[in-house]
Amino acid sequence: MKVSLSWLKDYVSIDMTVAELSDALTMAGLEVETVIDRYAYLETVVVGQVIEVNPHPDADRLKLCRVDNGKGVIQVVCGAPNVEPGMKAPLAQVGTRLPNGIVLEKTTIRGEVSKGMLCSEIELELGLDGSGVMDLGKNHKPGIPLKTALNLFETTFEIGLTPNRPDCLSMMGVAREIAALQGSRMTSPEVRLPDAYGNIDDLTSVTIEAPDHCPRYAARLVDNITVAPSPFWLQDRLRSVGVRPINNLVDVTNFVMLETGQPLHAFDFDQLSGHRIVVRTATAGEPFTTLDQKKRKLSDQNLMICDGEKPVAVGGVMGGLNSEIEETTTRVLLESACFDPISIRKTSKTLGLNTDASHRFERGVDPDGTLFALDRAAGMMARLGQGRLVAGTIDEDFRTSPPPTLTLSVSATNRLLGTDLDGNRMASLLNSIDFDAKPDGEDGLVVLVPSFRVDVTRPRDLMEEVARLSGYNQIPTTFPALPAQGTIPAQMMTFGNRVRDILVGFGFFETINYSFISAESCDRLLLESDDKRRRHLTLLNPISEEQSVMRTTLVPGMLETTQRNISRQQNNLRLFEIGNIFLPQRDDILPLEKEMLVGLWTGLNQKIAWHTKEKPCNFFDAKGTVEGLAQALSLTGLAFKAMPDDQCRYTRVGHTAQIFNDEQLLGLVGEMDPAVLNNYNIKQPVFLFELDLEAISQLAGDTVTMVPVPRFPSTARDITVIVDKEVEAGRLLETVDRFGEALVANMHLFDVFVGEPVPEGKKSVSFRVIYQASDRTLEDDTVNRIHQDLTHRLVAAFGAALPT
Amino acid sequence: MENTIERIYSDAMDALAAATDSDSINQLSIQYLGRKGRITHFLRNISRLPVEQRPQAGKRANEIKRLLEEKFDHALASLSEKTKPVADRIDVSLPGLAMDIGACHPITQITNRICNIFSQMGFDVVQGPEVETDYYNFEALNIPKNHPARDMQDTFYMSENVVLRTHTSPTQPRVMEKRQPPVRIIAPGKVYRCDSDLTHTPMFHQVEGLLVDRYVSFSDLKGVLTAFIHQMFDDQTTLRFRPSFFPFTEPSAEVDIRCVICRGKGCRVCSRTGWIEILGSGMVHPAVLENVEYDTSRYTGFAFGMGVERIAMLKFGIDDIRRYFDNDSRFLSQF
Repeated sequence: MKVSLSWLKDYVSIDMTVAELSDALTMAGLEVETVIDRYAYLETVVVGQVIEVNPHPDADRLKLCRVDNGKGVIQVVCGAPNVEPGMKAPLAQVGTRLPNGIVLEKTTIRGEVSKGMLCSEIELELGLDGSGVMDLGKNHKPGIPLKTALNLFETTFEIGLTPNRPDCLSMMGVAREIAALQGSRMTSPEVRLPDAYGNIDDLTSVTIEAPDHCPRYAARLVDNITVAPSPFWLQDRLRSVGVRPINNLVDVTNFVMLETGQPLHAFDFDQLSGHRIVVRTATAGEPFTTLDQKKRKLSDQNLMICDGEKPVAVGGVMGGLNSEIEETTTRVLLESACFDPISIRKTSKTLGLNTDASHRFERGVDPDGTLFALDRAAGMMARLGQGRLVAGTIDEDFRTSPPPTLTLSVSATNRLLGTDLDGNRMASLLNSIDFDAKPDGEDGLVVLVPSFRVDVTRPRDLMEEVARLSGYNQIPTTFPALPAQGTIPAQMMTFGNRVRDILVGFGFFETINYSFISAESCDRLLLESDDKRRRHLTLLNPISEEQSVMRTTLVPGMLETTQRNISRQQNNLRLFEIGNIFLPQRDDILPLEKEMLVGLWTGLNQKIAWHTKEKPCNFFDAKGTVEGLAQALSLTGLAFKAMPDDQCRYTRVGHTAQIFNDEQLLGLVGEMDPAVLNNYNIKQPVFLFELDLEAISQLAGDTVTMVPVPRFPSTARDITVIVDKEVEAGRLLETVDRFGEALVANMHLFDVFVGEPVPEGKKSVSFRVIYQASDRTLEDDTVNRIHQDLTHRLVAAFGAALPT
Repeated sequence: MENTIERIYSDAMDALAAATDSDSINQLSIQYLGRKGRITHFLRNISRLPVEQRPQAGKRANEIKRLLEEKFDHALASLSEKTKPVADRIDVSLPGLAMDIGACHPITQITNRICNIFSQMGFDVVQGPEVETDYYNFEALNIPKNHPARDMQDTFYMSENVVLRTHTSPTQPRVMEKRQPPVRIIAPGKVYRCDSDLTHTPMFHQVEGLLVDRYVSFSDLKGVLTAFIHQMFDDQTTLRFRPSFFPFTEPSAEVDIRCVICRGKGCRVCSRTGWIEILGSGMVHPAVLENVEYDTSRYTGFAFGMGVERIAMLKFGIDDIRRYFDNDSRFLSQF
């Protein structure tokens, strides 16, 4: 909402500076978003004195003027008939942006240089005269800014109004607030009605067939009117708040709407068939062309203003082309009505039409302000259009509920605000903005709400007004009487943070990717057509196709981030994300939101260093990360099993492990399938792990029970066996473990070897077994006996050989 | 006489300081401590002193003798150490063995900081779903269908009744439906709005707070939020509470802080106003409490919400909101 300071001063005298006013309004809930110098565009316009006028050698209608701009004399080409030596006129210098949008440059007009422009009133929007350059009289010195010469200083404010304050969508509404802040009163503009003749009831009628949509409709007639441009003061008022002047009739409706907040509409009375108004809802599918020349299809929810046979306006939203004011219009039916906010909002939404009128009606227009605005506009129209006012007003009024009278408890208000205001103070605050508050008993105020405050319906609304007007800064700062309590953390968030800290310690950076992804992501991941991850929640109104479905996997976002980094020469990456996936549910309208972890490693396995050779990361770096994470989370019993070939989707066959806890699948670790990487335009190997964070959080231990530290030394023995290449090393260790030998405390695999002298198709696997007893130092004989026994059993179990 | 022995000592120390090789040190040792040395000479002639001075002078001369023996020995020892060549000298300028360390996303870091401050004030941390029903996102919060307040947020719809939550506020009714007062919660999470330009991303993060109890007042809201801002920024931060409108609170207040960049003088970050909007807040609207069947004659409360991205921008000097989800490793590695 744009307001101009000089316009506001028509209703309230303002004794604050611009800065004070701006701050006071902001602190009263009318946030001043910008303070605008209305005449900023005149910054480079100065008083120029014409020294010499010569004919343009190459153009009959142009003149070459030598103009003193205060610093020197410049040449300006000018076509105005009235320019003559000695004259002082506005000189727009190079760089000026004229109101019509043109930015002046140094130009050459038919071979002659022009370094500026001598301007007419109309070119500077300072008047209506466009016949010649503006004569500034004799009093001003050349070179002084035009703003100074003509005292053109006007401030306009852009106020960010909250939706609850439609009463301030008008100059009078804002003036009322300013008056309250100053402790003064606002004065309403005077309604001057010229002598009227005849009787409106003889000429027209209004029938409301849909009072739910339109509880009140008032009309007046003005005839014998002449459509013409508005006088300058009116055009200037409208321009000051960014409204384009059109003609005297339309300008009056706009002016009065901006002044009072009541939208008005002027119909060409002679275009109204049957010379009457019917207010009804549209028939579904009915076509209608609005003022903006767009053809629209109506629904039976749309409220229409009709004449005797057809719609002539979308009620409260926009007029129709068929009854528009034209230059030939002589009789005007002026509408001032009150429409239902919900009805208007629905219509405005379905037609995609948001107008100054619909904006106000949606939020609520003063139902008691209808006639004031109607009379104010009718009077102005008759005057400015030199027309005659038809006597009488039509006012169809179906309103049922009067503005509420509320009871406010003083003590409850003080308790809610933490203040200590007395009843009189509260009453005077409310009365300053035209409420009618009177004491009622010991602790009460009875408050009549003014009709324009449609937002005030319950005592809490009054408490807000009291708080706002007494000033939030006046309210003390206290601390609630909080009982000390141990707080309950969000379990998943706490667990997530544990995981984050561990991965950060491993050199991983956390990323946050968008929750919505492209529907094509599943194709890029090569998911099969029946994969459940293809069942997405889809946004009805996505910003783009690339962000149109809710993710069912974190992998696509991570790959896109990886690609983006690689394209910026960041080739060595260790990244992770913790975030939700969204799985549609059969029995709930809301999806299952499941927190997942994905980690990614690509490029070198560590930073380039002087002491170690560069080495690319591989599967075991990723797996080691998962194992390290599990260890840090006291997550025992994870098992890594080769993912069956036919289950590998976006990871490489033969290079992927599933991660289990017993039978429960927790996730995977593996190398990304090169075909998938190709879909993401990634040209280097990428290793990935993906884990169900919620499942893991259930398994992770928070408590640890200490096992006594061994008091006696341990003994180590190595085993090397030669087995078929296909045998998984992990199975060998599992087998030994399963033998259940009590003295085996630990095992470490330390070598796997393929090649000479190990026979073709075989590999040798070496691991160290640590023997330990808790009550004695083991003797070599004992250890040797057990070790030999284990070795033989292992050889037997795998058909293995021992090295020769 | 005392002066004599002290002068001998200081002469010896000066000479030692000037000596650069072992030969000259050995020479000094003879010159002072040898059979004909100056100390020896002094001790020999001590009997010529008055009787009462003799014990004192003798004691001091012997002290100095021991001291010089020690100094000469040390000087010789360190001389030999320094001149010995070191075969295994290391280049200490080489980088150490890198312990690779990553970082949490700045949004996570700030979210955790906010939650920790409120946890210390007794707020439980809760989380709610990101895909939400129209009821919890709007209706329960006193934002009926066809209300202009719906224009305050551009909503992503999944269906007529299912939306991506536009704020973390739905956690308010969700929690209140399950708990009876006193309720004291803080709820961080992702939120979504159908808006994407230089200063908006369609996904961002908020932290919601709610406190409902008997006799909770607007002045309490001011106290708790002032304490929060002083801990989040610093305790010199000036703040102001400014009337505003949210359908689910009344009275409502925006909380502004004095611009941390320009200290209130006016700059690009604060749009030349000197103030930065940091929080929305207010007293829980009675309609919201009625929706969860709380007794509004008994209970009042306050609620607040803040944008994590904005606070992180101020804390870290991040200039472009789009950097958060671009995940450039050169950005991530700075935090």
